[in-house]
This record gives sequence, C-alpha cells and structure tokens, in this order.
Amino acid sequence: MKTITSYDGTVIPVNRSRPLRAGTIVLYVALIAIALVYIFPFLLSIATSFKTDADAAANPLSLIPATFSTAAYERLFNASNFPVWFKNSTIVAVIVTLGRVFFNSLAGYALARLKFKGRGAIFAFIVGVMAVPGVVLLIPRFLVINQLGIYNTYAGLIVPLLVDAAGIFIMKNFFESVPPAVEEAARIDGAGTFRVFWSVVLPMARPALVTLIILSFQGSWNELSHFIVSTNRPELFTLTRGVADLAAGGLGQGTQFPLQLGAAVVMTVPVIVLFFVFQKRIMNASGGAVKE
Amino acid sequence: MSDVTSSGTAKRRARGGRQGGETAAGWLFVSPAVIILVLFLLVPIIMALWVSVSDWGGRGSPVQPGNAGFVGFSNYGELLGGETLEARQFGQALRNNFYYVLFVVPVQTIVSLLLAILVNNKMLKAKGAFRTAFYFPSVTSSVAITVIFLFLFSATGAVNRFVSALGAEGPNWFMDPRGLIHIFLGNFGVDTAPTALANHGFLGVTWWEWLSGPSVAMSVFMFMAIFTTSGTFMLLFIAALQQIPGEVEEAAMVDGTTAWQRMRLVTIPMLRPTIFTVITLGLIGTWQVFDQIYTGSQGQGNTMTPAFLSYQTSFIGQNWGQGAAIAFILFAIIVTMTIIQRIVLREKDTIPKRKRFYKDGVPPVAVAATGGSTGSAGGPTAAVAVAAVGEAATTGDVNSEVKE
Repeated sequence: MKTITSYDGTVIPVNRSRPLRAGTIVLYVALIAIALVYIFPFLLSIATSFKTDADAAANPLSLIPATFSTAAYERLFNASNFPVWFKNSTIVAVIVTLGRVFFNSLAGYALARLKFKGRGAIFAFIVGVMAVPGVVLLIPRFLVINQLGIYNTYAGLIVPLLVDAAGIFIMKNFFESVPPAVEEAARIDGAGTFRVFWSVVLPMARPALVTLIILSFQGSWNELSHFIVSTNRPELFTLTRGVADLAAGGLGQGTQFPLQLGAAVVMTVPVIVLFFVFQKRIMNASGGAVKE
Repeated sequence: MSDVTSSGTAKRRARGGRQGGETAAGWLFVSPAVIILVLFLLVPIIMALWVSVSDWGGRGSPVQPGNAGFVGFSNYGELLGGETLEARQFGQALRNNFYYVLFVVPVQTIVSLLLAILVNNKMLKAKGAFRTAFYFPSVTSSVAITVIFLFLFSATGAVNRFVSALGAEGPNWFMDPRGLIHIFLGNFGVDTAPTALANHGFLGVTWWEWLSGPSVAMSVFMFMAIFTTSGTFMLLFIAALQQIPGEVEEAAMVDGTTAWQRMRLVTIPMLRPTIFTVITLGLIGTWQVFDQIYTGSQGQGNTMTPAFLSYQTSFIGQNWGQGAAIAFILFAIIVTMTIIQRIVLREKDTIPKRKRFYKDGVPPVAVAATGGSTGSAGGPTAAVAVAAVGEAATTGDVNSEVKE
C-alpha cells in the first residue's frame, strides 16, 4: 500500500479504507443493531400471529411459537369480516390508483404543455389546495359527501380520492422535463391532442407513472381518516377501518393479539409486495439525481 | 429548432391555430381534476367555514335554511374562552399535541439525519439492505403499526417483559395518563401543584397541568412517530447528501480536517435546505395526529389531540359547529408554526429567498399537507417523492431515464 508522509512525520496511507477498519466495524455493529430495532417488531408480529392466545400472552418476546397455530388466520378469514374489508380495500385502491394515473397525468400534461387561458390560475389553485392539511378536511369532506348523497356508497369512498394535487404536480414536473420534439413530430403527422397524449406522451412517462402508482396505491391502501368520514356501514369498511375497530376491541372479548397481529400482517403484505417490486425505484428515486 | 425565418410566419399561424384548439383541449384535460378538487376540497372548506359559525346539530343539510342558524364566532369563543368542559378538553388536546411536536420534530430530524449519514458512508457495503430496513416501517399503514405497538407496549407485553428482565417494572403504557415531567418531579416529592400554578391557567388548563409533560401513553405514540417517519426523512437526507459534490469533502480532507469537523462545518451547512424542509414537513405532520389515536387509544390516557377531538366532537358529540371550529383553529396553528419556523430558521446568506422556498422542487408547505393526508405511517412519503421527482426533473435525470 502506498503511503505519504506529512510534514509532521505521521504516515498517511493513501488507501483510505485501512485506518478506518476499526471504525468500519463499529459502524457495522451500530447499523445492524439499529436495523434490528427497526425490523424486530415486524418479525415479532409475524411470529405472534402464529401463536395461540395463551402463548402470545405468556411469551410475548419469543420469535418462535411454542405450538404453531393458524387459528388466528382461520378466524380472520372464516369468522370475521376481514375478507370483506380486504375486498373493499382492493376495489378502492385499484380504482383510485387507475384514476389518479389517468386524471393526474391528463391535468399534469395540460399544465405543462398546452397553452390555454386560465392555466396559470388553475396551477395556482392546485398549489393552494396542496397547502390544506388533510386532517382539517375530515369534517368538511363528510359534509359534502353527505350533501351529494354518496355517504355510505363506493362512490363516496373512491371519488374524493381520485385526484390528488401532489400527483398532478409530479406529472407536470415530469412532462416539463421531456423534450417536446417527439410530440411535435406526432402533431405534424396530424395526431390530435388526446391521441398525442395517449399514444406518444404517456408511454414515455413510465418513470413518473411508476412513482405515481406507488404513491397512489400505498396512499389509498393505507388511508384511514377518509374512510371514517365517508361510511359507517360495516359492509363498506376497508382494511384500515376494520382493523382499527378490531384493535379497539370490536371482535369479542380479550386482547386476542394473534388475531390482531395476523390482520396487521396480512394488510401489510400488498404494500410490502409493491415496495419490493419497485424497491430500486423507491430507494433510488431520491438518489438517482446524481449519476456517479 | 434551427430552421428559422423562412417558415416563421407559417409556423406562427399554425401555432395560433393550434392555440385555439389547445384552449378547448387544455380545459378538457384539466376539468376532471379541477372538478374533483373543487368539489372535495374547496367546497368542503367553504361549507365547513359556514358550519363553524353555525349551530348545526347534524340533522338535514347545513346549507338548507332552517337546519342551522348563524351564531357568529361563539364556537371559536367557547373553545378559546377556557370556561366550559369543551374548552378544557381542547386546551388539554393542544397541550398533548404541543409536547408531541416538541419532542418528535427535533428527534426525528436528528435520527433521520444520523441514519442517512451512517448509511451513506463510502466504506459501507450492503447499503441497500440497511436503507430498506430503516425505510421498512414507513411503508406500513399507521393502523398496522399501531396494532403492533399496542401489542409491544401492552401491560404484559414484549417491552415490559424486557423492562422487568432489567429489574424494573414497566407501566401499563397505553393507559397511563401521568405526565413525564410530573413523574419526574414526583421523584423529588413534588406531587401537588404549587398554588400559583394551580390557580391560574391558559385555555382552561392550569399552568401546573400545562407543565405535566407528555403522558406516558403519549410517549409511546411519540416513539412510534419517530420509528415510522425517520426512514422517510432519511431518504430525503440521502438524496441531499448525494448532491454534495465529492470534491468539497476532498478539499476539506486536504485541509486536514477531522471527520467531525467536516460534518459540522461542511456537510451540515450544505444540508441546511433539506433540514429546513424536514422540519417543516415534521411540524405540519405532527400537528395532525389522528390515525394512531383513533386506532390506539381513542384519546384515553391524555392522548387526545385536536385532530381527534375535532372528529369526536362532530361525529360522536354531534356538535358540528365546534368540531369544525377546532379544525380551523388547528389549520391556523399549522400555518402559524410554519411561518414562525421560516422566520426563526431564515438563512441570511447563500440561497435567495424565493429559491430557498422551492429548493426541493416544490414548496414544502404545500407538499407536506398532502403527505399528511395519506394514511401511511410514514406520513410524508408522497412529499418525499414529489421532492425527489422535482429534483430529478430539474437536474434532467428524468430525461435520461426516458431515453433508456
């Protein structure tokens, strides 16, 4: 290994990795310890969901069930409303995701590319709308949903979520970064505005659309407050609403931790799958700006 | 576009013709989004403003004559007057949430910054695995994570088992309403309020109660918030760290600085805009605690927050005017806090004001709000993505991805 000697006689190795070796080990130990803190609750939840109620109460820290039991899951799927909640969450999340992908990119494209009167005003409106904190909208949203007669309907669950200002912002930013040459070529070939958007622009927008799909699906799957104010009919409960009520003691007596944790585990699976499918994109979306 | 002059007039005419078509198309394209946003964001706010100055009792429609009467600002006055039971509840909710904000915002900023710096270390292998681990809690829903914490922190749960293994006795976390500062003072025999503090107060809550600190139950929610949001903010910091050119650090190394000096004098100052964003997002998010309280405690154990109180007052108590008034006071608090933060943390040098505001591609306030409305435990995930995409777009990265 090459070294250089500095003015005061200390030898400085040129390869930087060597003197830090002890430091690097400390770093690894620290990171692994922290990572365990972050992951352990989830491992424990999975383990506990396969325990019996008694076992869960007696050995809350054990990662291995004393007797392996699927009773919690059997109850969840056969003797509770869980399948209904799962179905509702799926319906809502899929439609909301499709709607957001379509409507947000339509609006984002128009704001980025089309020149029309009122564009500036609409953009200002959308930015203004983004500034309203979600929780402030709880009661207001209910009032309008009720007024429109869509309280306790799928429409009430879905329609208010179909567009989000942040998504429009993402798409607008993206379309502004795409060189207009391709579209111009398509236009010269005589394609109409919608046709250009649909068959030329949208296929190019894949990276932004993927971001939008992740955010929309995760957002609507994990949403709780909107589903609290838009329905009180158990048949329309989503997973978040159903499991939240379950946690508050909705299903019989006792704590029933295996059942509750089983529900938490199952409801997490779809977003985890989404996360791992698009992991590179999520983790690098932020880091990708600098190519090294 | 190198061919100019000769076809200039023709082009202009074509564009002029298209502009007419573009107006129709433009409005057609934005209309679904605008209709939904107006219908479910603008109209609701106007309606709720009306309800907040009315005595609507939940029957019929508040906008039909006869169902609700105008009562001026009495709903607001009652809440802030400190006389009634509702005012007391509201004062307590503000206190609980105040301590929540006070602890969570700084801690989550520091933790996420530390995680980012650790994970961004050049020597480190398996960066991706560590990032994934730290980001993992941010992916799950706030409901699922609350259920998990209810289990971990139950009276005979994992945490208390661990505590008793260390020879101490853990509290019944989610049920414990005692304030941490009160508990601490109690250790020194101070367990009753000095009369000066007990006889006077603010918003219906005595000063002694204001000084209680967060309740034991609230502390669990605070810990949970840090646990779930630090991964999201870590991603923001990692992005910012990677924006710092390697030469800067190398130059500092050549100057003979220690790692700590480089961190303090080079890295942190260069991260200022991101720190600013994270604090803004944190302030906005932490004033909106709702999902966790709904799932975990329903406000028991001194965990009531203004957001949950607003819901409870309206939907359970059927006192809609007051519920809406709470929502608007909360709105005012959030706006005020972000303005104060902006003034306090103002940068006197480097980045001009306007540019700083848009440093991460979007106005942080705007984005934060949207993050808060999604139900992810990680809260401002959307915000991070917006910021990231914004940044990518400005540096032209998205372009390169399109070409791939």
